Amino acid sequence: MKELLWIVVAMPFLGFLILTLIGGLLSRFWKAVVGVGSVVLSAIFTILIGIDFLSNPAEGGVYQQQLWQWFDVGGLSPEIALHLDPLSFVFIFVITFVGALIHIYSVEFMWKEEGFGRFFSFMNLFIGSMLTLVLADNLLLLYLGWEGVGLCSYLLIGFWYKDPENGYAARKAFIVTRIGDVAMAIALFLLFLHFGTWNISTLLGTAPEQWAVGSGLALTTALLLLGGAVGKSAQLPLQTWLPDAMAGPSPVSALIHAATMVTAGVYLIARLYEFFILSPIAQYTVAGIGAVTLLMAGFSALKQHDIKRVLAYSTISQIGYMFLALGIGAWSAAIFHFMIHAFFKALLFLGAGALITVLDHEHNMFKMGGLYKKLPIVFWTFLISSASLAALPLITAGFYSKDKILWLAYSNGDLLLWAAGLIGAFITAIYTFRMVFITFFGETKTEPTGRPGKFITIPLVILGVLSFGAGYIELPATMGKVTLFSDFVNQIFPLSPHKEASFGTELLIQGITAVMSLGGIWLAYVWYFKKSAEATPTLNRWEQFLYFGWGFDWFYDTLFVRPVVWLSRINKDDFFDSIYDGIGSITRYLHSTLSLTQNGKLRSYVTSVVVGTIIVITIILYL
Amino acid sequence: MILVSLILLLIGSGLLAWWSAKINNWWPRVISLAATTIMLSVMMVLWYQFPEGKGVNQWIVSYDRAWIPNFGISFSLALDGLSLIMLLLTAFLGMISILASWTGVTKKVGFFHFNIMFILAGITGVFLAMDMFLFYFFWEVMLIPMYFLIAIWGHEKRIFAAYKFFIFTQASGLLMFLSILGLYFVHGDQTGIYTFNYQELLGTTIDPTLAFWLMMGFLAAFLVKLPAVPFHNWLPDAHTQAPTAGSVILAGLLLKTGAYGLIRFVLPLFPEQSVAFAPVAMTLGVISIFYGAKLAFSQTDIKRLVAYTSVSHMGFILLGVYAFNELALQGVIIQMVAHGISTGALFIMVGTLYERIHTRDMQEMGGLWQQIPRMGAISLVFVMASLGLPGLGNFIAEILILTGSFVAFPVYTIIAALGLVAATIYALRMMQKVFYGKEQKMWKISDLEVRELVVLLPLVAVIVWLGLFPQPVFNATKATVDYVIGQSQIEIEMEEVGLLQGKYKAPGEQSEIPLLILGDQKSILD
Repeated sequence: MKELLWIVVAMPFLGFLILTLIGGLLSRFWKAVVGVGSVVLSAIFTILIGIDFLSNPAEGGVYQQQLWQWFDVGGLSPEIALHLDPLSFVFIFVITFVGALIHIYSVEFMWKEEGFGRFFSFMNLFIGSMLTLVLADNLLLLYLGWEGVGLCSYLLIGFWYKDPENGYAARKAFIVTRIGDVAMAIALFLLFLHFGTWNISTLLGTAPEQWAVGSGLALTTALLLLGGAVGKSAQLPLQTWLPDAMAGPSPVSALIHAATMVTAGVYLIARLYEFFILSPIAQYTVAGIGAVTLLMAGFSALKQHDIKRVLAYSTISQIGYMFLALGIGAWSAAIFHFMIHAFFKALLFLGAGALITVLDHEHNMFKMGGLYKKLPIVFWTFLISSASLAALPLITAGFYSKDKILWLAYSNGDLLLWAAGLIGAFITAIYTFRMVFITFFGETKTEPTGRPGKFITIPLVILGVLSFGAGYIELPATMGKVTLFSDFVNQIFPLSPHKEASFGTELLIQGITAVMSLGGIWLAYVWYFKKSAEATPTLNRWEQFLYFGWGFDWFYDTLFVRPVVWLSRINKDDFFDSIYDGIGSITRYLHSTLSLTQNGKLRSYVTSVVVGTIIVITIILYL
Repeated sequence: MILVSLILLLIGSGLLAWWSAKINNWWPRVISLAATTIMLSVMMVLWYQFPEGKGVNQWIVSYDRAWIPNFGISFSLALDGLSLIMLLLTAFLGMISILASWTGVTKKVGFFHFNIMFILAGITGVFLAMDMFLFYFFWEVMLIPMYFLIAIWGHEKRIFAAYKFFIFTQASGLLMFLSILGLYFVHGDQTGIYTFNYQELLGTTIDPTLAFWLMMGFLAAFLVKLPAVPFHNWLPDAHTQAPTAGSVILAGLLLKTGAYGLIRFVLPLFPEQSVAFAPVAMTLGVISIFYGAKLAFSQTDIKRLVAYTSVSHMGFILLGVYAFNELALQGVIIQMVAHGISTGALFIMVGTLYERIHTRDMQEMGGLWQQIPRMGAISLVFVMASLGLPGLGNFIAEILILTGSFVAFPVYTIIAALGLVAATIYALRMMQKVFYGKEQKMWKISDLEVRELVVLLPLVAVIVWLGLFPQPVFNATKATVDYVIGQSQIEIEMEEVGLLQGKYKAPGEQSEIPLLILGDQKSILD
């Protein structure tokens, strides 16, 4: 079964090709069949391969599949080859499974849109590129997937292309992430220079032999890779594109900007973990960026009006947790949180999308309200996923994944990071339930135009079940110690370095986390449920500062965008031209001046002959 | 003989096309198309027979006959892997540009095709000539029909553009001719054999100062043709004003003769001087990348925008040539092909758009995707190629050039890599202004028709093929690249030119620390 791995990647690309090349000939129904079918098949194959992979583990937990030699020049010989191991398996499972659900949802969501076929062809291309990214056995192929998902993100953010603002958001996403990509490309050059290969397994094997821990090269490489990761995963300082990326259709936000693409940075760091172990400073930077980002984005989420922007900041914040986990070496905890986050955040976006459609494209939460009775399925699934996001203790998956990160941060001795995560958990609970209370309770301000159909509700329910239940595959030592997930993933990672702590301590830390979560929910209840929110609140200066994401946009605008635009205004006509035009003018001037001497007057000819003769004689005599 | 017939085929069909216009306007097109098709088929057969060239310093086919024996001038043509690839590109783009102007050109159709075929003949000659005099001869042959092409079938400022093009290339060409003569006399004085033969001239030992100035003459011609900032000013005018076929040939082929000249002549003839010149060349390359990108971003005329992107992309070529290693040089070659295809395609897109709305001003476009989605999708492919999206040929080129030049010049390379961001900015702006956003004017236009798809889809196929299966091209040119690097026998102290580590010697010799690219990988790892 494992031999069919290539089909998992090939199906979405095939769907993309069919929809692009002959999409114009297909009816809407067949476009849906091709677009959804390709990803569903991909998901089915992934599950079958997964069963095979788990039941007959390959040697070293890795299965390789060579497809073809990409090229072979001067010692550089990347292959088009797939690499399946526990890490990439978790990713392809989430990508195809959540991806398939989102595709099904999209059939109904996008049915009336003009660019129905275009939407599915881009979505399929995205799934294909994302699978390439996580299955790549070398960094160049990974880079191909990496840029490919960036392209799809650009195309889908700007899906409704007639609005120039969407185009702006799309370009912003592409350009900002590309800045990170260049850093990553430079890391690739550096790695090739020193190891002569881009094959990931070889790099991970040789790097610790070649480079000492803490060496400058390891630090540079790790920081450059981190540059790529923060761009894609919308972490500080390249996080500004993600809130604007919400201009895309909601399924796009769910798939690309919540569940999969934005976690590519997490994947990159986890995949190349050796380089971060080799450079403790870089690794601590990862944790630091994660901690700061999760707090800043969390505060921004508190003050948003647009439901999708709340979720966008929340995504940035949650990825911050994953970065924090990676930074303390809690590899499996990061990946676990990635998976759980993919379930509940995709569900939140899909739920928000369902609300937005039935409320006639209303994004402002303060114009919603009182929807819990009118849209029961959306409400309950949204509530479940919100509880998971807020890490409601014991019953939600989000609790287990977040608690694991916090516990490891604490037991690792990083009290500062732990405190940041804890405050983050508190804020998360507040903004999440602020959103729930404002949107679903209080008085009804906009009447929904109908109820979503089955294509929308079934994916919601499935993801709802996962947001609740998926946590039970990994339980802490205090609650039964189930380690299915970490055992699986840790086949390829070194164990998370943490001190053994007593049962009591762990329970205490978990208790604190639970209190934070519950406290946040209670506060949201007091603030936003009891006195139900009125019209869109006006914001004071500090609130505006948070609302606009800590002024990063303003900062970059002043520092980069304006100068570039200014630079393009001046010298529009290439000043080198004036040099050549100048040469032309001088020539013409000399021509006209000299042609004056040829005036047909005998007098002036004689004069110049005499003057010339005198000069020549003078030169001959005195030199 | 086959090489001579190739050139005769192009010249002959050019004359025939001119003559046949007396019958009707259909014949010149068919004759030219047939000639380029034949040429493409011949090259394909040769490629199939010699997929890996014919070994280092061996020609696949060659032809040598005395031309003006008194001056040591011979009619000497030879084909190796590099020429083969360039001729494939020539035939392919020639065919495409004839198809692209199938309906667009209605004025003096016979003479139009005569000019096209003569340009192609000149380019073919340039890629084949192994006699410096003959090379110069073909170099000039390219020029004059191109002048007519711009001046007769061009847009509103065509006469000015044609003049500018002619003066720039002619003046720089003359400097090259002086250098060729200089080389001729130096070699003659030393050996007593006065010859223009490339192979003979290769081994000439020249006084370093003189060699430097001789190299400058060659560089003048090649850097203007490439072009590198600040010698690029002919390009935006010429590209913008030329008819579509002219722009395709200019961007796709003429610029490549500059890069070809650097690889074929400058590096092997003046190895030491080239090394000394490398930092300057690298600087010019980096400046070109950013200056071209900046000006591309500033333009409102879409054709001018595309023209400036060429300046930017050619900067990468300069970067790669002066990295002196196999990786970068192979990158340069694939960049020549990929840029030819992608920029040619963009010019065709602009041309087809112009035929429909009769403006090149992007301020008047916007929101066109709805009406012309096929054109939008195909443009998207080439816009993405232009910004170096993986999976397309340009990416392979840029990544190889950058990886190769990083080995030699890390700082320059890091700056140049930021050019990828600059490319993103101008490329996306173009997409936005034309196809997305609000409609500025209510154009009523039709999408691509079958003929246009026949022109564009092969270009899409080739650019994707180059991105995913570039190896056949590398195989064909490997021998030539090895030869150029080996021939140039660069023995330099790396520190002098800012190289990272160790000493670099030609392959085959034992070097102290072999350069990673050429040497054994393991020795670096130790």
